Amino acid sequence: MTTTETETVTLTIDGIEVTAPKGEILIRTCERLGIIVPRFCDHPLLEPAGACRQCLVEVEMGGRPMPKPQASCTMTVADGMVVKTQHTSPVADKAQQGVMELLLINHPLDCPICDKGGECPLQNQAMSTGRTDSRFVETKRTFPKPLPISSQVLLDRERCVLCQRCTRFSDEIAGDPFIDLLERGANQQIGTAEDKPFQSYFSGNTIQICPVGALTSAAYRFRSRPFDLKSTPSVCEHCSSGCASRTDTRRGQVMRKLAGNDPEVNEEWLCDKGRFAFRYLGAKQRITRPLLRDESGQLVEVSWTEALRVAAEGLLAARGNRGIGVLAGGRLTREDAYAYAKFARVAAGTHDVDFRARPHSAEELAFLQTQLTPTVTFAAVEAAPSVLTVGMDLEEESGILFLRVRKAVRKHGQRVFTLGQWSTPGVEKTHATLIKSVPGAEASVLRELSVGGELVDALSATGSVILVGDRAAEVPGLHSAVAELATRTGAQVAWVPRRAGDRGALEVGAVPTLLPGGRPVTDAAARAEVERAWGVTLSAEPGRSTDEILAAAASGALSGLVVGGVDPHDLADPAAALAGLANVGFLVSLEIMTSAVTELADVVLPVAPDAHRAGTYVNWEGRHRPFAPSLDGGGVLPDCRVLDTLAVEMDVDLFTQTPSAAAGDLDRLGPYTGTFTAPTERPGSTPRPAQVGSAVLATWRQLLDDGALQVDEPALAGTARAPRVRANAATAERLGLTEGGQASVATDRGAITLPVELADLPDGVVWLPAHSPGSQVRSTLGVGHGALVRVTAG
Amino acid sequence: MFDFFKGFGVTFSTMFKKVVTEEYPEDFPPAAPRYHGRHQLNRHPDGLEKCVGCELCAWACPADAIFVEGGDNTEEARFSPGERYGADYQINYLRCIGCGLCIEACPTRSLTMTNFYELADDNRQDLIYTKEQLLAPLLPGMEQPPHPMRLGKDEQDYYVQGPVLARQGVESDPVGEQVR
Ligand code: SF4
Ligand code: SF4
Ligand code: SF4
Ligand code: FES
Repeated sequence: MTTTETETVTLTIDGIEVTAPKGEILIRTCERLGIIVPRFCDHPLLEPAGACRQCLVEVEMGGRPMPKPQASCTMTVADGMVVKTQHTSPVADKAQQGVMELLLINHPLDCPICDKGGECPLQNQAMSTGRTDSRFVETKRTFPKPLPISSQVLLDRERCVLCQRCTRFSDEIAGDPFIDLLERGANQQIGTAEDKPFQSYFSGNTIQICPVGALTSAAYRFRSRPFDLKSTPSVCEHCSSGCASRTDTRRGQVMRKLAGNDPEVNEEWLCDKGRFAFRYLGAKQRITRPLLRDESGQLVEVSWTEALRVAAEGLLAARGNRGIGVLAGGRLTREDAYAYAKFARVAAGTHDVDFRARPHSAEELAFLQTQLTPTVTFAAVEAAPSVLTVGMDLEEESGILFLRVRKAVRKHGQRVFTLGQWSTPGVEKTHATLIKSVPGAEASVLRELSVGGELVDALSATGSVILVGDRAAEVPGLHSAVAELATRTGAQVAWVPRRAGDRGALEVGAVPTLLPGGRPVTDAAARAEVERAWGVTLSAEPGRSTDEILAAAASGALSGLVVGGVDPHDLADPAAALAGLANVGFLVSLEIMTSAVTELADVVLPVAPDAHRAGTYVNWEGRHRPFAPSLDGGGVLPDCRVLDTLAVEMDVDLFTQTPSAAAGDLDRLGPYTGTFTAPTERPGSTPRPAQVGSAVLATWRQLLDDGALQVDEPALAGTARAPRVRANAATAERLGLTEGGQASVATDRGAITLPVELADLPDGVVWLPAHSPGSQVRSTLGVGHGALVRVTAG
Repeated sequence: MFDFFKGFGVTFSTMFKKVVTEEYPEDFPPAAPRYHGRHQLNRHPDGLEKCVGCELCAWACPADAIFVEGGDNTEEARFSPGERYGADYQINYLRCIGCGLCIEACPTRSLTMTNFYELADDNRQDLIYTKEQLLAPLLPGMEQPPHPMRLGKDEQDYYVQGPVLARQGVESDPVGEQVR
């Protein structure tokens, strides 16, 4: 956007002369003056609708008063306009009172049982702009209630004031126009089409913006009142967008999460995962006491002192033997990730540390090094003329970024290209051009397109962006192809990992090749800086990646492992990962919940989930998102504190006792100033054209699935997209599949059976959700994206 | 000489007046009819609870003595007519100042005050009254919730025709508001 002078107009509001940019909506100008006009349907991020008529004001144009009071939320300012709001005009005041009376005619006296009570714009404005009694004596219109429009969102039609905020949100912002206005007149109501439930990943926002209690959430229903709640600003832990949110707690429990207002990041929205998935905090799987494996092989609760002593002794022995590896996991704050990075170097004496708890490659690491100083922001994505997404499905893997891209598509016709397999709902809602590729062949496809043509032309427009997801690591050569395309077109590249902690962990050196600030292990000068700060000598030899560490553990080349929040089932080969965890001599696990790792661990140290810790997430833009704990204590400590104490038991000091101490220690190091070169790997061999009865597998995760942080949320799970096997019509026919019938996708390890749905995949390709109920691709099949699988009907 | 009798004048005259001292606890004198005593959570004539868990009483209380948590009535387990009921209800009598603002706030006349005034104990814990202690006793014709609505098909029937239904129910003191 340019900052050239915008045209302005001068008008008078309530006797005050004000200059406003041309085209501004009257109600906004009033707001800037501190004059609040009551309103229901007006929302700064939605198109004006003029549906509720609550914002009536008197307007005089060119000396002539307009015949009737005007809706200030649809009228744009004009030169010489004279506006009188309810403060100076009895006419406007009377009009507003009349509208309020009308709105209340059919509004039930539900305030005592309504979740919105106490924070309800209708309550507040009925007090400020309404009459104390009603002239309406007839029977109010009633509807059966509540009407579940999804398992999470409940609609009470009696309370609705027909402001259309919800329908406009679903239609304009989310692009899921499943709720709409039905009927006319007094019977007008919000509803869903019979055959289509309101299935949206962003449905929670409609609850938050509904100005009455017509939309409520099943999870928060009747749980508390606004005055019971202690609200803390927080940052969402579920993906790498780092959305501003607000955590409301009561009696030591999180009651709900609301979207915070951060125009630079999430605007005022949250995806449903961020809003509703928090009951894991109280799940039965949570660990809050240290556990130690006794002689009989059972984990028993012990004191912190004993657990730390045994852990330190075991790790010291392992270090003296064949060494320790450190797996940090992708859910750490910057401070906690730094503690892992430093623990590995200082206490374990190794560069064998990696945060990547998902398929990864050496090529990816080379690519990530070029991504250490991110340049792309949400605003840049919004302003970009064209966007290409690689290795990610925007809606499923980065919901808030998806909303931004959709906004840009709507507002200025941004061109979106998606390198993928089928027209997912996300692809359709961004009107993206789908660049179809057989799974695994994405790199070659991108290389072919880099030669010239539509894609190159579009991306050559200044400000274009290539968004790369972390799934790109599953395709050899893809990062190199992206780098090449970026060089050719001048488009900026942004790495958008799926997990909240990934970028922070990269920045602080929780990777085998980099030290904090992105200093290469192999750069003597950079290494010396860290050596001076930490008072240790570091090896010049880069460490091993997650897979290599686990392979070494399996073969006995490592004697100890310290594992943070890693789920072996997320890794490329879960069986191999589990073998590594099972065979390693000594395994220390830092976890918030029981997992496949804690089952094998010798010592389990509980760590604090977000609600109990402070810290900073680094979102995909590289923006720091600090947050404070929303609940006190809970007897759990953040990873950095646990590692610090463990290190002290091992006789070294990490100086990461608290997140702020860790941040201080980290910031003293400062960033690295050198540069890195992009990877130049050739694409791997393209998967063979499928033989009879087989197909190439495409797979990625859906936003709402079996993720560990989504446990105990039945209402949320009910809004997830149903797991389906997808294939195109020709492939389905060749494989003998029928739409709606069952298909079984198998390898030698196991099989996944799900109903079939047809989609526009390339020939010979089937798609499965990666981690949904009944479809755990990596752990059941042992393979992933781009692998050959057998497909049979039934 | 007369000073002696003068001095006892008050004593002797009082001896023959009616005494105002209450013989508590041997005697258990009733309090004034509108006395602000222990609270009670009333029931509908069929035994369903009147409390809808709205927390307005807690909101009104100047002493922060009340704790309420709402809950969802289901078809299987119904405690009150309508969607919502008070799942958890506690009044802390260490805090309550007997002002009665809570009963004024209550939209369903669920919360009222009885004349019971023996609110003392030797420990703090026992002075936090829970929902079970505060609920009105079941009178004849009432049934222990959870149970389905017996007096109509929805909560409107209970509220709109409440008094009528009540009169049909038990003749006197239908909702047990005047339990001692
Ligand atoms: S449900 Fe709420 S947001 Fe939707 S139209 Fe009704 S009042 Fe407006
Ligand atoms: S009587 Fe007054 S102090 Fe006691 S609970 Fe009610 S509102 Fe609170
Ligand atoms: S007693 Fe009355 S005011 Fe208190 S929660 Fe129950 S219904 Fe609401
Ligand atoms: S706010 Fe202006 S018409 Fe609704």
